[in-house]
Amino acid sequence: MFLRTSAAVVAGKAARAATRLRGGGSAFPGLVAERVDPGFLAHALRDVRGGIVVVSGTNGKTTTTKMLVALLRAHGRRVFTNPTGSNFTRGVISSMLPELSVGRGQLVADIAVLELDEAHALKFAAAVRPTHSLLLNVARDQLDRFAEIDHTAGLLASLAASTTTGVILNRDDSFVARVAPDLTAGVEVRYFGVHASIAARLPELVEADVRFGEEFSAPQPTAYDGLLRPVDERAFDIVFGSDGAVTDVGPVTLQQRGLAAMINATAATTTARMLLGDGFDPAVAATALAAVRPPFGRGEVIMVDGQPLELVLVKNPAGFTVALGTYGTTPVATMVAINDNDADGRDVSWLYDVSFASLRGRGVATTSGVRAYDMALRLSYDDVPVASVEPDLTRALDAFCAAHAAEPKRIFCTYTAMMALRRTLAARHGLADFGEEG
Amino acid sequence: MPQPATSPLESRPSKGTINLVHLYPREMSIYGDLGNTRCLAARIARHGYTANVIGHHPGSVLAQDAHLVVGGGGQDSGQARVEDDLFANADRLRALAADGVPMMMICGTYQLFGNAFVTVEGKRLPGLGILDVTTQGNAKRMIGPSVLDTEFGTIVGYENHSGSTSLGAGQAAFGAVRHGFGNNGEDGTGGARTGNVFGHYLHGPVLPANPAFADALIGYAAELATGRAFEPEPQDDTVADEARTRQIRRLIR
Ligand SMILES: [Zn+2]
Repeated sequence: MFLRTSAAVVAGKAARAATRLRGGGSAFPGLVAERVDPGFLAHALRDVRGGIVVVSGTNGKTTTTKMLVALLRAHGRRVFTNPTGSNFTRGVISSMLPELSVGRGQLVADIAVLELDEAHALKFAAAVRPTHSLLLNVARDQLDRFAEIDHTAGLLASLAASTTTGVILNRDDSFVARVAPDLTAGVEVRYFGVHASIAARLPELVEADVRFGEEFSAPQPTAYDGLLRPVDERAFDIVFGSDGAVTDVGPVTLQQRGLAAMINATAATTTARMLLGDGFDPAVAATALAAVRPPFGRGEVIMVDGQPLELVLVKNPAGFTVALGTYGTTPVATMVAINDNDADGRDVSWLYDVSFASLRGRGVATTSGVRAYDMALRLSYDDVPVASVEPDLTRALDAFCAAHAAEPKRIFCTYTAMMALRRTLAARHGLADFGEEG
Repeated sequence: MPQPATSPLESRPSKGTINLVHLYPREMSIYGDLGNTRCLAARIARHGYTANVIGHHPGSVLAQDAHLVVGGGGQDSGQARVEDDLFANADRLRALAADGVPMMMICGTYQLFGNAFVTVEGKRLPGLGILDVTTQGNAKRMIGPSVLDTEFGTIVGYENHSGSTSLGAGQAAFGAVRHGFGNNGEDGTGGARTGNVFGHYLHGPVLPANPAFADALIGYAAELATGRAFEPEPQDDTVADEARTRQIRRLIR
């Protein structure tokens, strides 16, 4: 095992150097290391004593992982994470390689926080049982690939069942909260959720769970369960238990707007508190959350001719609905770009599960992407005026920026549309480097 | 750029009320099926009629005066929750179908409107038998964009099903497969039609991008609702036509 892992580190590092030279993808070196030593992950993570935390669920993984890492680092912990967001086991190995010593092949870190989609989280858990799992939500996402929401819920339940120490569950998402009874005995459960004061907004956030006849009722929050209580669309506090004023976190003002980001912050904070125990400091947590910059494509702002242009990634009905709710209070010039490549989801049916009524007043300046006309058609059924349709992304972007040069702008876009738009923006406005995220 | 029809007809008297029943909008509606209902309701209004949309939920009595019925696709759990209700309303649905009430059943509800669904293990689950089709469950999923030639023109959608459906001896298909799998990926048939009952595998949702099909359903419903021939208004379908023909061009060379 020992020698083999060292060989795997060398092979992986060599592959990584080779890939770098060719400018290739981030998963290939991990693939090499995995072939050489299937136990690689287990060995590399052996000395990570403070916890191996998997963050999974349909929406918000990247943002939540980033926040959780920031919270732990702010408390002085050395954290390993998969920062490229290359969302699977091999990607995790790839991102480990530069941090491993060739001699021992082990990671020097207190805690590992790994963002993994549902299927890859299970593959990872087969190699290394996570000490903690943070399960965010289950929503319709690219059904052409994962087929069924119930299937996704089953994957998350299996992940929770293979977790050794603690799970953190979304108490407002019954697909997630319902896994609690199936956990290994002795595994501790914490919940995050929204405070009763905004419970009315839950239907826009959670998927209907029709697997059972009886309605699900969330468990009573304890003093260790974090509840989100928003102040406005960016400021909030996190209330632990019903009256645990001593450990409440906030008020915090995030750099990212909206309910979804606040819920992610609540999930990350509840998890950090579980991992840190008595070492958790509410004031440190609040400062750390306020400093987290939005991940690429999650409300990222690019200055174009002195005016902000926001790129908002949309990939499923829950995400698009939340995004529209987030930005609905400040209507600006809007473009919607929909592609249907594999990474976007090839089926655009889901656009009909989103209400676009909030765009009605201001209208949409242009729709673009391969499915530009389908998007315009969708908007027509919500009586949203569309000024122009231009499938070519670059032409649409140029026309949109020219026609709205002196005002803030916003583009809702699917993944590959965003990648293309960002590339154009980078070329024209000298953006900093950007990596691909899953 | 055509603007949405904020209808100049609003001031005129309605030509009649069409009761549009959406079967199981909660349980059987995962591929944008609500879009079909939205499309029908909007176009009913644009043609000068009044749409009365009724969501039919498990455990309730099916609206007696339905003029148009639509159903969508669900997951296995959703399907399990609606089966009892479907059978409780079976006679009513058969009677409506026999009376010429237009119905469009997609995916899961298409299968339930057939004679039976045979599971991978060989268990035979009976359906309503309104369409003479039988579906064999199989492990392979048929997923992807789909194009059918139908009497309403070439229509586009997206299919995602694991059942292979075969038509009974005298059963007419809804269309011929130009791209994708259709009923089973083998015999080139797509969907089924008996009277005004249509079953098929096209999500998309199918109606917004294929307004000729939507208007045909509305036409049958309008006749039933008013006792008069359908009196359509001219529609500007430029955007729908672009969306559809671009998909056809991408998929068929
Ligand atoms: Zn289907």
